[in-house]
Amino acid sequence: MNIIITIAVTALVVLYAGLFKAKKALLPITLIGLLTALGFVAVSWNTDQVYYGMMQMDNFALAFSGITILGTLFIFLLTQNYFAKDSENIAEYFTLILFALVGIVIMVSYKNMSMLFIGLEIMSVSLYILAGIRKSNFASNEASLKYFLMGAFSTGFLLFGITLIYGATGSFDLDAINNYLVGNYTSISPMFYSGLILMMIGLSFKIGAAPFHFWVPDVYEGSPTLIMSFMSTVVKTAGFAAFLRLFADTFAPLHDFWMPPLMVIVCLTLLIGNVTALFQKNFKRMLAYSSVSHAGYLLFSLIALTANSANNVLVYAAAYTFASIIAFGVLIIVKQKTGSDHFDSFNGLAKRNPLIAFVLTVAMLSLAGIPLTAGFIGKYLMFLNVMQEYQILLVAFAILNALVGFYYYFKVIVAMYFKEGKEIELETPAQYRVVLVLSVIITLFLGIYPAVILNLI
Amino acid sequence: MEQLLLLLIFLPLVGALVTTFSGTAAKHVALFSSIVSLALTIAVVCNFTPDASTQFVVNYPWIQDLGISFHAGIDGISIITVILTNVLIPLIILTGYKHEYKNGNALFALILFMQSGLLIVFTALDAFLFYIGWEAALIPIYFICAVWGGKDRIKVNMKFFVYTIAGSLFMLVGIIYLYLQNPAHNFDIQAFYNLNLDGAQQGWVFWAFFIAFAIKMPVFPFHTWQPSTYTEAPAVGTMLLSGIMLKMGIYGVIRWLLPIAPAGLQQWGYIVIILSVIGIIYASLIAFTQKDAKRLVAYSSIAHVGLISAGIFALNTQGMQGAMIQMLSHGINVVGLFFVLDIISSRLKTNRISELGGIAKQAPILAITALIIVLGTVALPGTNGFIGEFLLLMGVYQYNIWIAAFAGLTIIFGAVYMLRMYQNVMLGKTNDLTIGFADIAGTEKVVLYTICALIIALGVYPKPILQLSEASVQHLIEQVTQKLTSVN
Repeated sequence: MNIIITIAVTALVVLYAGLFKAKKALLPITLIGLLTALGFVAVSWNTDQVYYGMMQMDNFALAFSGITILGTLFIFLLTQNYFAKDSENIAEYFTLILFALVGIVIMVSYKNMSMLFIGLEIMSVSLYILAGIRKSNFASNEASLKYFLMGAFSTGFLLFGITLIYGATGSFDLDAINNYLVGNYTSISPMFYSGLILMMIGLSFKIGAAPFHFWVPDVYEGSPTLIMSFMSTVVKTAGFAAFLRLFADTFAPLHDFWMPPLMVIVCLTLLIGNVTALFQKNFKRMLAYSSVSHAGYLLFSLIALTANSANNVLVYAAAYTFASIIAFGVLIIVKQKTGSDHFDSFNGLAKRNPLIAFVLTVAMLSLAGIPLTAGFIGKYLMFLNVMQEYQILLVAFAILNALVGFYYYFKVIVAMYFKEGKEIELETPAQYRVVLVLSVIITLFLGIYPAVILNLI
Repeated sequence: MEQLLLLLIFLPLVGALVTTFSGTAAKHVALFSSIVSLALTIAVVCNFTPDASTQFVVNYPWIQDLGISFHAGIDGISIITVILTNVLIPLIILTGYKHEYKNGNALFALILFMQSGLLIVFTALDAFLFYIGWEAALIPIYFICAVWGGKDRIKVNMKFFVYTIAGSLFMLVGIIYLYLQNPAHNFDIQAFYNLNLDGAQQGWVFWAFFIAFAIKMPVFPFHTWQPSTYTEAPAVGTMLLSGIMLKMGIYGVIRWLLPIAPAGLQQWGYIVIILSVIGIIYASLIAFTQKDAKRLVAYSSIAHVGLISAGIFALNTQGMQGAMIQMLSHGINVVGLFFVLDIISSRLKTNRISELGGIAKQAPILAITALIIVLGTVALPGTNGFIGEFLLLMGVYQYNIWIAAFAGLTIIFGAVYMLRMYQNVMLGKTNDLTIGFADIAGTEKVVLYTICALIIALGVYPKPILQLSEASVQHLIEQVTQKLTSVN
């Protein structure tokens, strides 16, 4: 609870600071607020507090809060000079991101389906605005509208699902629903099944899993890159945590029922994400499709429910978040200099910018899942997870997809190191350097010694 | 003693770091590091007792929750590959001395980084560690070939990379499968050996591992990446790939595949042997028609590896011992051959056989050393190649006389295309291109003299090397036969 209050208060303080034109103070205030929130995460560890049956701050919630807050903190560090050219009132951006984060913390800690809905809406509404925050930019407006329509649509599915499940069980409480499932295992109301499927569709929309992914590339491409990095890392992680809380715990007794449709979703997501990413000429769009494919790998944790499913998602999400932050950070720098996010604008980058080329290489290796990076540990855990139920065919399919992944992730490495290009020197602000180097250190550290994060939940 | 192995594995890594930041002195630093590694290897060999036990064992918990430990050691089989790696790396670094590489320090650092990965592969006693080393050796060679290679390098190396990584992902699935079957839930090699898998399970494990190893070696029909990768790679890359890296596949078969899935071998081994023999004949025939000397050597390498693989899968002491010594000999010879071709191409900018000729008159020392290397490659008695191929053929002969007859063609074919290449390149009339050919000097002499000395020394007196591995090889074969009888 402290975490939510801290972030919300920070958001308000930032808004007031903006009112008094204290532009220089915005970032420090935000960072202090987020660090305090992280401190509360650490303090509340292992306390497992429940707030009025609505929210449960167990280690699952705390771990995912921690990773999302840390990710947001890194993204805030990348805001240096980023919004200044768009608008005078950058306090709004800060506040909206912080509000979205409040929603996210609620999403990862709900114990009652109404809180899931509230958290999701707090997050989504902030994001609708953030996507369209470049008022005069056509693509940004399009992204915002598309995101809003699709988001509203999927929220409809989710709500309808919640309603049907309430109709069947008479409760919003996750434990009560679980008790209903265990108690009436032989006579579960058909309403419950329909509700479950509708919720699965609604949440699949939110995490961008195929065939509900059509909004992802357009919205990601149209939004400002920094907002996209927030959406595809922090928001996605939160979506998975919400998915997991519901399906891995509450709906676990019905695993045999919802696993087959989920399997279809996983296979489609992997295939569509990877194959489409392969044909992209634009780095940003490639990242958007690759984020779809990562959703597929993340769902592996639900195909086979094991004791470590939640922790596996955490590791994978952490690996994916830090690698993506590097990729987006570098993309922003490159785009500022070259004005394009085409693969060609990375040509020959390594000659004049060895550090940038190195960090981006590590990020790509991690996303592709090469050993000694965090991404490998994440993929390994996911493979291990499904192998425990001997889903050999799924693993073989995933391997084929991983191979496709190698190909497109290496495209940017190829461009940077092996192709000739204009020898430009990028301007890397100090804060960017801090974020990029820290993210690389985390990525390599988790790849070499993941023991620190393996038993958190 | 334990520290010795840790030092052996991690010293190149430190060397790589120092090399990265040592500017123009990079090649000297790299050479120094590799020579220290060689000295350490000599210390290891001197302290090694040639019995079947695993020595210099280090075992530290690494990722305990996943049952992964840093468990490594050296036995009679791995010591051969360790010697191979640490003898060849200084030579390979020396061959790079005369080239002016852009970002040379990155190149030399990558070579040392790869050395670390290779040593992990050759000493790992934990399957996960083995896999990490397997990939850690791949990334540097990818960059070496793709940054410093020829004009087609990007496409060719992507093919190479995707090919190899596809194989290793199947191996990863195999490893996970064994891990799940292992009641202790760890990756310990001994626990994997002791698993009681039935015939069908071993069959699956066999293929999961075999594809990875077959791509690396490469065994026909998994070889299609190899000729163009060798041709496009820079000379040091070709030497690393052919001299050391393909031995990862052979070593993997001996260390992991045979003892874990002998029943798979029993079911499918004949197919592998037939594939190997097809590979021998096929690669030899294609080698005949090559116009580019580098490509010719690349195909000859497929033929030689085919014989090694047939010898291993024949599963007897002679074949296995032959494979051990032939791994070493082939590594030395092929590095020598590629270096000779590199010397020619860096002076004349071509490796096309038809454009060359008469170099011997201009560069007699090069011609003589090259002749010794070629004779080693075609297995003339008294050279190192003879010992290995003789033992290998003996091994295959015990398995099946007809297969041995076909496999024996490799020696005849090899002699024909190799000597013909030598004749066309070195002998004959000096033409306009080769008229000003300068003889070898400096580091070139050091490398080629060392290689020639090794070829003759191993050919005349191979006993010390054979002794090193003999006990371990016999132990391995007993282990496999025992396991086979218990499955049946």
